[in-house]
Amino acid sequence: MSDAVIQKNRTTQVLLSLGVAAVLVVVFAWSFNFMRAATAPRFLIAIVAMVVGVGGIWALFLTADHLVAQLPVRLRDRVRPYVFITPAFLVLLVYIIYPTIRTVYISFFDFTRGGTPQNFGLQNYVRAFTDPALLIALRNNVLWLIFVPLFSVSIGLVIAVLVDRIRWEKIAKSLIFLPMAISFVGASVIWRFIYYRAPFGAQIGLLNGIVVALGGEPVGWLRLEPWNNFFLIVIMVWLQTGFAMVILSSAVKGVPGSLLEAARIDGAGEIRVFFQVIVPFISGAILTVTTTIVILVLKVFDVVFVMTSGRFNTEVIANMMFNQMFIQGTYGRGAALAVIIFIAVTPVMIHNIRKLNKA
Amino acid sequence: MADTLTIHARKLRPEEITSKILLNLAVITIVVLWTIPTFGLLVSSFRTPQAINSTGWWVAVARPFTEGNWSLGNYVRVLTEDRMGTAFANSLLVTIPATVIPITIAAFAAYGLAWMNFLGRRLLFILVVGLMVVPLQTSLLPLFRLYNDVGLAGTFLGIWLAHTGFGLPLATYLLYGYIAQIPRELIEASEVDGTTPMTKFIYLVLPVSVPAIASFAIFQFLWVWNDLLVALIFLGTRVEIAVVTTRLSELVGSRGQAWHVLTAGAFLTMIMPLIVFFALQRYFVRGMMAGSVKG
Amino acid sequence: MKQQTTMRVAIVAVLVIAATVFAACGPRTEQATGPARDFTDNPWTDGQDLSGTTVQIFGAFVDEDARRFNRSMQPFIEATGINVVYEGSGDFESLITVRVEGGSPPDMAAFPQPGLLGDFVAGGQVIDLNDWFSMDYLQQQYDQSWLDMATMDGIMAGFWHRANVKSLVWYPVQAWEEAGYQIPETWDELMELSRQMVANGHTPWSIGIESAGATGWVGTDWIEDILLRVAPVEVYDAWVTGDHRFDSPEVRRAFEVMGEIWFEPDFVVGGIDAIVGVPFGDAPNALFTNPPAAWMHRQASFIPAFFPDGVQVGVDVDFFYLPPIDTDIAPRPVLGAGDIYGVFNDRPEVRALARFMTQGVSTRAWVEAGGFVSPHRDADLAWYPTDIDRRFAEIIANADPFRFDGSDLMPGPVGAGSFWSEITNYVNNYPNVPLQQTLRNIDASWPGR
Repeated sequence: MSDAVIQKNRTTQVLLSLGVAAVLVVVFAWSFNFMRAATAPRFLIAIVAMVVGVGGIWALFLTADHLVAQLPVRLRDRVRPYVFITPAFLVLLVYIIYPTIRTVYISFFDFTRGGTPQNFGLQNYVRAFTDPALLIALRNNVLWLIFVPLFSVSIGLVIAVLVDRIRWEKIAKSLIFLPMAISFVGASVIWRFIYYRAPFGAQIGLLNGIVVALGGEPVGWLRLEPWNNFFLIVIMVWLQTGFAMVILSSAVKGVPGSLLEAARIDGAGEIRVFFQVIVPFISGAILTVTTTIVILVLKVFDVVFVMTSGRFNTEVIANMMFNQMFIQGTYGRGAALAVIIFIAVTPVMIHNIRKLNKA
Repeated sequence: MADTLTIHARKLRPEEITSKILLNLAVITIVVLWTIPTFGLLVSSFRTPQAINSTGWWVAVARPFTEGNWSLGNYVRVLTEDRMGTAFANSLLVTIPATVIPITIAAFAAYGLAWMNFLGRRLLFILVVGLMVVPLQTSLLPLFRLYNDVGLAGTFLGIWLAHTGFGLPLATYLLYGYIAQIPRELIEASEVDGTTPMTKFIYLVLPVSVPAIASFAIFQFLWVWNDLLVALIFLGTRVEIAVVTTRLSELVGSRGQAWHVLTAGAFLTMIMPLIVFFALQRYFVRGMMAGSVKG
Repeated sequence: MKQQTTMRVAIVAVLVIAATVFAACGPRTEQATGPARDFTDNPWTDGQDLSGTTVQIFGAFVDEDARRFNRSMQPFIEATGINVVYEGSGDFESLITVRVEGGSPPDMAAFPQPGLLGDFVAGGQVIDLNDWFSMDYLQQQYDQSWLDMATMDGIMAGFWHRANVKSLVWYPVQAWEEAGYQIPETWDELMELSRQMVANGHTPWSIGIESAGATGWVGTDWIEDILLRVAPVEVYDAWVTGDHRFDSPEVRRAFEVMGEIWFEPDFVVGGIDAIVGVPFGDAPNALFTNPPAAWMHRQASFIPAFFPDGVQVGVDVDFFYLPPIDTDIAPRPVLGAGDIYGVFNDRPEVRALARFMTQGVSTRAWVEAGGFVSPHRDADLAWYPTDIDRRFAEIIANADPFRFDGSDLMPGPVGAGSFWSEITNYVNNYPNVPLQQTLRNIDASWPGR
């Protein structure tokens, strides 16, 4: 091809890409207004929604890449990565960074429902740390942070490895996964049926049914301090093991069969194969899952909110925060608790960043 | 792969049979423990509210004809609820794009972070990992204000973007963990004439990452499908746009605990996530990545 | 290069599909207007035709209550052509906060807790109804006590549309007749009856204060009911505004009187464990076993909605007025609650609806459906479908004094926070937490102290 042809080709390409980009913008604006109009026929909204939602995001990336491809070579290679990361960065900026900065900002003010931020200072933090309830919440959070990841990751890992060798793997995995598919309200009903203590008549809660059948007196499980924290932790483990299992199972499948065979031929027992081949090979996935669950646990409030709402010394920080922000309407205090959560997780984050950056 | 095949073809020795039995027993024990609570709920969902209150569900299982008091009333109540069909359609309409969009954006970003060099890479990485801890509740007020200003409140686009925003850090983090571990040789082997980062991403990285994408897709689908808080705030409660969880929470009554309705509702809403789980489970295949390294 | 072509095809495909869809749904035709009707002849729109406009209302009640509300709006909708769109959610508290603070409040919101409305009044986000209605008109529609309770920070912050009576004790009628129990007229008789029941091997009370995030409100209702009976009403009023401390002889006395029932051995079915563990909606179930597991249950007029299917109010179960303690202090104190509607947007159709809703006729369909007490003066007693409903209305009408649920009026951190949690904590650990400490903790949480 002669230079002239290439040049001409490139011009058409640029024009084409720009055209596509312009059309995309128009289409997005149009569909946006269309979807806002509640009067449009429903099935049309549905079609537009799917096309714009699913196809639009791909069209966006491909067009951008195509535009960048028309740039001069040196510039192109420097701009290209931003095609990949800019959408993610923009979304993070709007949905998380901006609200986070605002949260940090209002945590230094007296700010309640209906009011405006006033009196800059550390009063919300002072209040948080002199509140005896926070100390209990911190203690409970530590319990949650230790036991939920420990149990859900180890049980999830054991299941992932064990089911890999049985015929009914899919059924077993589906049943372990089941709790994750239940909406949160459903899960709370389930566990009320387990811990319930009826004040009169037959015990309809499973645990007290067993206790009574064995000749014991029914127990108010959720009032039984400090064990009630563990009864709540069990719920979270029950919910999260499915998550750990699914991620770890896909990692275990990635362990090359040849590696396992080599170890077995060397005379290693299954336990040694597990600890010396499988676990090291998927250590990255284990770290990922553990981190994810640690973060979920720090943010968890639904389990506590539904089961005890923090009564009987089962309070956790995220539930306190939810209460203060939305029930009591004290935004400043709630924001301070959110900041305390950020700070508490920072070590885990730093560890992750170090570890992953090496990879 | 050939090694595995020979193993299976061999006859099992007695101690191998014993260990097989032990293995199956262990899995059965865990599975039973995990399933009992849900099973109790399933049994209860078919009983009348009075029966649930007077005898334990295990009594109904033991003596199904005398103590059962079976009834489809709970399911009838949920299914005949005004506009429940619309709510199901709305839930799908919210969930599918709210699963695809964050995964797409996250996959691109994860690839960029793992295999490209650019200014600000470290910073972006720290942001992604650090932002996972931000509790969603803190974002609600400032975002809602923003939504009102730009007219996104109560639109499907608005709720997709909201779920995208809240799910993105975790999605990027999980996919990065996987994509970064793709062997370098594999990436470099594909660098023949005419490949661009985009083609490499689409024709090599995406197919290899299918197990990771499938597992995250399952979870994002679940979270969005079962979400109530984000839907309540960003989509609202009008019947034309309300999703299943919103409608269910209204069925429960303003001060009430109509949990017998919730038992049935919980099972009906479970169907869709389970379909997704079964559909995607087949992508967890052994040696996807290892296999392609060899090939 | 082949790959690039594929991509281009993909883009074009997406665009073509999108374009087709948009083309298919070009400009929409406006919906046809119905036959011409006169929408000006009604008492609410000042002779204007406002048909086709819409008023949005947001509230906490859902399901059956929402349907009844919609039915009671029908006369207005038919006469004016104005659409009234009600949206309800169990998460009202969080959502109204987000909407008001987020800058898109509904036209009106039905607050079960006036204190929450008070927060928005303080923020200047609520319209003063004195600008819309003359005091003469309002006084003609409501008793002064309701108007007083709607006055916040010097403005008329809202209007009342639904009332609840709280000072009620429910009992199983037939079992009482068989056991020969008489309805107590004084507190002493109530206590004597309770002891008599224990002597007969019966458990007098069923109490459950569990209510998820709001656990404890049943307890605060008890304290308020008793405080109105042991202390002058001025003390109650000062206590609600924070001018009278929790840590005071009167409030301490109210806790002690409550404790004489709650903590007395054999008085409460299931004991303390049940009080803190049983959901308030399940607590009345104890009345309906045979023989009753408990014989009395103190709860508001809305509780029949939680009775098991088939229980007939007036036949199987009835109520009596929770008797006074000291008739010199308060002859017939009644604790109540209700929905107050705050108004956020000023448009002619919102004004018209507000005018309608301050009139008894706006509650008629709901009153006739049962379980609803109208706070309006011009609501006709003949509308009440049963004797029971009429008696609710009479208890309010004959109250002396009538006071609103105090915790609902207190600032959020107390009324929806420490008061609930501290009373739960006090009961749960009884007798290990000193009452003084409980009261001081609540005092300390009062904003600005």
